[in-house]
Amino acid sequence: MRKLPSLQDFKDRNVAEGSSYYNIDGEAYPETGWAQFKQVVTRTFRLELFVGLWVVLREMFKFNIHTVQYPAEKLPIGPRYRAVHEMQRLWESGTERCIGCGLCEKICISDCIRMDTKIDENSRKAVTEYTINLGRCIFCGYCAEVCPELAIVHGGRYENVSEQRAHYIGFEDMLTPLDMAISGKVAEYPGFGAVTPHEDERVKVTPLAY
Amino acid sequence: MSDITITIDGREVQTQEGEFILNAARANDIFIPAICYLTRCSPTLACRICLVEADGKQVYACNAKAKEGMVVSTSTENIEQERRAIMEVYDVNHPLQCGVCDQSGECELQNYTLEMGVDSQSYSVRDVARPSSDWGHIHYDPGLCIVCERCVTVCKDMIGDNALKTVPRGSESISEEQKESMPKDAYAMWNKLNKSVIGLTAGGDMLDCTSCGECASVCPVGALVDTDYMYTSNAWEHKQIPATCGHCSAGCQISYDTKHESIDNPEDKIYRVMNEWNYVSLCGAGRYAYDYENKAVKKDEVAFANAIEAFKKADTIKFTSTITNEEAYILQSLKEKRGYKLINPEAKAFQDFLREYSQISGTALYGADLKKAHASNFIVSVGSALKSDNPNARYAFNNSMTMNKGAGLYFHPLADPVIEQMGKSVMSITHAPLQEEAALYLMLDLFADKEKLPSAIADYLASFHSSKTITVEETIKEKVIEIVKEMKRNEETGVEEEVEVEKSKMVPKQVSKEVEVDENRLLALLNAPGDFEEKMEKFLAKKDAFVLMVGPDLYTHPASANLARLCALIEKYTAFELVMIPTLTNTLGVSQICELDENAGSYSIGYNTEADFVLSALGGGDLDMPAINQQEGTLTSINKRVNPTNAAVGYKGYELNDLANALGLNAELTVDYTKQLPLSKGFKAEEFDSLPNHYENDGTEKRGYLLDTVAVAVSGDESVAAFDETMVITENALYLANPVRQFSDFTAKAHQSKEKAGFYAGKRYLESKGLGEGDRVRVTTHKGSLETEVVHDHFIDAEMGYLTTFDSNLKSEALFDGYRFTTASIERV
Repeated sequence: MRKLPSLQDFKDRNVAEGSSYYNIDGEAYPETGWAQFKQVVTRTFRLELFVGLWVVLREMFKFNIHTVQYPAEKLPIGPRYRAVHEMQRLWESGTERCIGCGLCEKICISDCIRMDTKIDENSRKAVTEYTINLGRCIFCGYCAEVCPELAIVHGGRYENVSEQRAHYIGFEDMLTPLDMAISGKVAEYPGFGAVTPHEDERVKVTPLAY
Repeated sequence: MSDITITIDGREVQTQEGEFILNAARANDIFIPAICYLTRCSPTLACRICLVEADGKQVYACNAKAKEGMVVSTSTENIEQERRAIMEVYDVNHPLQCGVCDQSGECELQNYTLEMGVDSQSYSVRDVARPSSDWGHIHYDPGLCIVCERCVTVCKDMIGDNALKTVPRGSESISEEQKESMPKDAYAMWNKLNKSVIGLTAGGDMLDCTSCGECASVCPVGALVDTDYMYTSNAWEHKQIPATCGHCSAGCQISYDTKHESIDNPEDKIYRVMNEWNYVSLCGAGRYAYDYENKAVKKDEVAFANAIEAFKKADTIKFTSTITNEEAYILQSLKEKRGYKLINPEAKAFQDFLREYSQISGTALYGADLKKAHASNFIVSVGSALKSDNPNARYAFNNSMTMNKGAGLYFHPLADPVIEQMGKSVMSITHAPLQEEAALYLMLDLFADKEKLPSAIADYLASFHSSKTITVEETIKEKVIEIVKEMKRNEETGVEEEVEVEKSKMVPKQVSKEVEVDENRLLALLNAPGDFEEKMEKFLAKKDAFVLMVGPDLYTHPASANLARLCALIEKYTAFELVMIPTLTNTLGVSQICELDENAGSYSIGYNTEADFVLSALGGGDLDMPAINQQEGTLTSINKRVNPTNAAVGYKGYELNDLANALGLNAELTVDYTKQLPLSKGFKAEEFDSLPNHYENDGTEKRGYLLDTVAVAVSGDESVAAFDETMVITENALYLANPVRQFSDFTAKAHQSKEKAGFYAGKRYLESKGLGEGDRVRVTTHKGSLETEVVHDHFIDAEMGYLTTFDSNLKSEALFDGYRFTTASIERV
């Protein structure tokens, strides 16, 4: 058995003889007509199909099934996976994080985000309507990356099935439910668009006269 | 002004003697950072970032004048340090709310911060509470304000409202430590910045001005924004459509900023109007009355068929001058083809006035334009309510006062506080209506070379002069010799003794003297102020560029022919150059393109005006037409320039061109007619698509083309009739005008213009009559009467009021004979 290569070895792109790269074992492709005929005959009569069927049968009777029972069971996905968007709320107050700056709308390369804004009764910018057309969205993640407020993020909901296109997708559907936000059930978002852990070290200190 | 050569950063640059270094650099695409400077306004010296080194000395490029052979370098180590420090200072306490700021990236603070590479902050000062406030149509957020004072400068030097000023901020002073450590200019700039914010000159919490919105337009950050626009859109979302404003004859270059209306409605909507504020200043109508398009129009085939029927039946087309040159040309072609009578009383009056004028002047059009007025230093305005007839003419008037140390005379029966407050060198002569001839005769009398003037006129002018002996009290100094006793030391004896000494002394003494003075009866006729002659002497010192602006009061005057001839004589025999203010948007174009008729026939088609069959861009007519912001075409401005305009929002209905095609003309697009406009009137055979519409870096106007000067055969007869001194409206006068921001039904239609049609009068008049805002009055003249509402106008100060014309539901024009003044009785209902 060969020694498994380390990560360092993989970074070495030298594929010449003697490097940690090697060709996997495999039969050479048949080159002559006779050799091709021989391959067909052996494959046909070796009953390879039953090898596979036997594996399935064996595992079935072991009652030790590794298959994920989707859709009843779902695997957790990585925090930086880019599925259907979510709109976040602030932890403390439950206020919507979105300030209506329009950067997601601007940066969207498939032009599927639109928002309407107005001035609200507190003289703040308020988003009156916000839509993402998931039929067009390519889940590139630019919107989440550009968002200065970590308001729009990619969630983990990767199933996009609905009876109507209209369900793709309104602001209300994406917004974290208020009760969840206030009860503190939502963790600070670690996923795509979140600040990286070392951000503090890169900030230059601004003097304050207070 | 002579051409000179200076060297900027090793490049030889041609410019004029006395031009600011900054402007010379900009004209030649050399970048010098500058925040507070506005072209056409005086340097403010607030930002100090335009520091350059000229002949080894640090100067501010915005106020240092170029001299022959000057060597300028735009960047040295010290200057770089200053600039970086200045930008750091601007960023002190500036909120990081760029995400919601309405400047949305079109921000000079952002740009220069990045340009100077500011990546850290060295300065700080404790901030004070600076709450934002709504000043009516403008919203001010002092937190975002960098106090560059551009708003203050433009309001004073260009607009003439003086509505804004800097007020104390009430903050802590900058620490000594920082003062020591920072560059000198940066500190000086910060020290001033830290002490002030922008406030209202008149106090209170609402702007009381002519609402042009230029302050918000010039604001480099998002401190001043239009209240209506706030938070509705980001700047980058807009499609910018270069166009020409369709409200008055100034023909300002504007850009319609459009975007889809909302998520549910993908139709384009105009969100705001922007302008190249360095080179053109808009009025409130241009900036805010943009949504006058004819909405939701579809092709109504029945109405179209009816229109064709009506055209076949009609013998007259009535129209207003709020149409493009191409449409005017279509109407003229229809006249030629089918013999319609073209009726447009206001353009006809202007056309007749021009014809009469050209018989003496020998040119089809007046000689000067508003650009000349901006550059002049002595302006006279006769026969126009300047601020509402043509706001740009008013800006030119004010700009010449502030920038060229100019002086001006404003002849009008309605005293205008806006004009009067432009400065001490403005004299307002409130003459009685119908005395406009006296004003023009006075101009001839004061400025014409009497030797050259036709002798009949010179004699006529002399007949107004008489000599009069008056007693003048004068103070003279007289020499008096007094004998004074003094103590003096006798040099021989050394004893002090009293000596009598003769001393002479100058003593002021009052004497009365009989002086013979010249009395000019024209001044009395015009109700000129008593010190007119003394003031004129001061006004005329060091003046060399004279402009006369005449307005719509003259065109419909009963003696308009005479007035036109007087204008021509003034232009010919005095140093004055002449500008006429066309009555409506394209009155000049219409008067050049159409042959207009006096009397209507039996069945008429009306285009935006009442008739038997109405084509209307306002909606509600028998057939819908596109408004000016929905069509391509050209408009002829007061500056004799044919400006292209574009469609900002969509229109799906029929156009005049469709009707014309059905009636036997043939053109695919209305703008196909652009190259066919009459060459004999100075138009050029240029394709619409080849007409530019922008300004260059040095301010050169690249918009459409200028009308060629067309020579007209002169009759040789330069006589003018004497005027009738008795024909004058002495009391109960009524004027026909509009409040600022209103011109026509189109401005009235816009959602931001909330002015009501009615009887407008100043405070003094209303108090004397016991009337108040909102009262209903019956206005009666010899032609009829109407009932309307009283509105208090802050911007007039006269013994009379005016009826508005902008809303055609108020049939105000029917009460007048054509001339804009009449006698009327006004009674409370």
